Amino acid sequence: MIVTSNSPVLIPLLFLATALLIPLVAWKRNWLAWPVTILASFASVAISVFNVFLVIQEGQPIHYYLGDWVPPIGIEYVLDHLSAFVMLVINGVAFLVLIHAKQIVSRELPGKEMPYYAAAVLMLCGFNGIVITGDLFNLYVFLEISSLSLYGLIAVGEKQSPVAAFRYLIMGTIAASFYLLGIGFLYLKTGSLNMADVKAILPLLGDQPVVFIALALIVLGMGIKMALFPLHGWLPDSYTYAPSTSSAIIAPTGTKVGAYVLLRVLFFVFGLTYITRMPVPVTSVITWLAAIGIIYGSIMAIAQKEMKRMLAYSSVAQVGYIGLGIGLANPLALVGAVLHVLNHAFMKACLFLVAGNFRFKLGHSNIFKLSHSIRKKMPWTMAAFTVAALSMVGLPPMAGFFSKWYLALGTLKDSNWHFLVVILVSSLLNAVYFFRIIEKVYMKPIHNNPVENEESAEPVRDEVGSSMLVPTLILAAGLIVLGLLNAFIVKGILNFIIPAGM
Amino acid sequence: MKTLDFMLGHYAYWFTLALLAIGLYGMMMKKNLVKKLIGMTIFQVSVIIFYIAGSSKWGGTVPVMDKAIDVADSTKYINPLPHTLMLTAIVVGVATTGVAFALVISIYKRYKTLDETVLLEGMKKDSDSDE
Repeated sequence: MIVTSNSPVLIPLLFLATALLIPLVAWKRNWLAWPVTILASFASVAISVFNVFLVIQEGQPIHYYLGDWVPPIGIEYVLDHLSAFVMLVINGVAFLVLIHAKQIVSRELPGKEMPYYAAAVLMLCGFNGIVITGDLFNLYVFLEISSLSLYGLIAVGEKQSPVAAFRYLIMGTIAASFYLLGIGFLYLKTGSLNMADVKAILPLLGDQPVVFIALALIVLGMGIKMALFPLHGWLPDSYTYAPSTSSAIIAPTGTKVGAYVLLRVLFFVFGLTYITRMPVPVTSVITWLAAIGIIYGSIMAIAQKEMKRMLAYSSVAQVGYIGLGIGLANPLALVGAVLHVLNHAFMKACLFLVAGNFRFKLGHSNIFKLSHSIRKKMPWTMAAFTVAALSMVGLPPMAGFFSKWYLALGTLKDSNWHFLVVILVSSLLNAVYFFRIIEKVYMKPIHNNPVENEESAEPVRDEVGSSMLVPTLILAAGLIVLGLLNAFIVKGILNFIIPAGM
Repeated sequence: MKTLDFMLGHYAYWFTLALLAIGLYGMMMKKNLVKKLIGMTIFQVSVIIFYIAGSSKWGGTVPVMDKAIDVADSTKYINPLPHTLMLTAIVVGVATTGVAFALVISIYKRYKTLDETVLLEGMKKDSDSDE
């Protein structure tokens, strides 16, 4: 069937075509940029859903050979359970954030909608390409496509944002060049750039220091991209100063793609048996750095006054969970890591949309300026915030609980109980930095001092419009639904992502 | 003697390594943003030279079919794939430099300086005045 055999290539192609189409149709008509973006984004969600069901039905990876060049000569796109799942997460969250973007982008960036949406779509093209490709060099090209658009999306924010974007550009270029150098070593040794082909050739080479250097360079590069502690330096400033929509779209997807590449390269290019023969235990190093990152990110989040900066440090911690799952390298931890990619994408998108709603209506998102009147002014936004905060802390039946549960089971499997302590402590720290906002907003009687607060004694309902509220609420409701449905997700799709031999 | 042979035999790689270190030093340690960009370009070029050095071989020629050379003899031709890959990498590098210069211009317009220490102070002052 024509759709089935071509479905892996459709989404990157769709986004690439849309990124070129938007400047053409919206050159003089800025209002056209948003509808075109939404159409493309909706189509990508539809194709992603189709792809997921296709993979479940087929039960094996679907290969697409670009230009009919058979690998290892040609580039192939591989749609397997993992890539189909991650693509659905990226496109689903991006779709909701882009609906939310309409009002806030025309407020924060008036007259610049056309280039903004074009860059956003180009970034999604890069992300989807990274996830779907089965070729190491093609991955580098998509990595740079997404990074270059990312720098642009960050640099149009507040006054400080170009500096943050520049520092990210320096770090991102180092990351990409390390990755390129790593695959250069691999190519010189194996003579192939196809992931499956490299995996087949590597065991024949035996133990060679060159291959270890290649792995180290790739892990270092992807560590920067996924903001693994201590390589997270670029993240807090970028997320804080970027426009609200940029933070909301980058935070759930950007770092996850780095984590995905790390997972791909570790288990699907090198393979677990090969990694354990390395002179340095790479997976243990990742696990320890991730564990330090979890605690460090949570403590730094407590110290922040600005909500977006707090969420950015919280992202460092949450990416640590994913790194922890990858580093532990057992089936349960891996399921937990990939499930956390989904859950964290929903939680962080929801929280950044709430921060965007605050900025839209209150003009700031400073935690100390939030007052109890918000619970009357923006009841639904606050409800969404509370749900997402509870999920971040990890209360059942919210989605956040279940990924932590799988990770906890994963730590126990090889009796790495000290990482279980890390997970528990960081959950408590999460509770500290989220509950101080909830406490500020909900725990104070509204009429406690009517004389002092005369004008705010009767706060009027001032909720954001439905185009912004509905995506926020869908993400919040999604957290409960995903929590309840987690058994289906794990049984239906995540059990098939575990690489052979683990 | 063996070490010396190893050093001389791989001189292209030592050169690449030196470039890589210079580039990394420039990006990390220099305070001026344009100097950081110069470091970044050197860094990217070193990766490109690494690929080119890896693909070269003695006695090989350009991979254009020549009646005088046996087509099936792969030792007579240089592998063209790394060169092709590096064409893409050069394009990516040019695009990155372009975006970086756009950012530098934007930073200069806002802060009237390109010195990182001064910039960080200015950023701190701005975020304090927001509160």
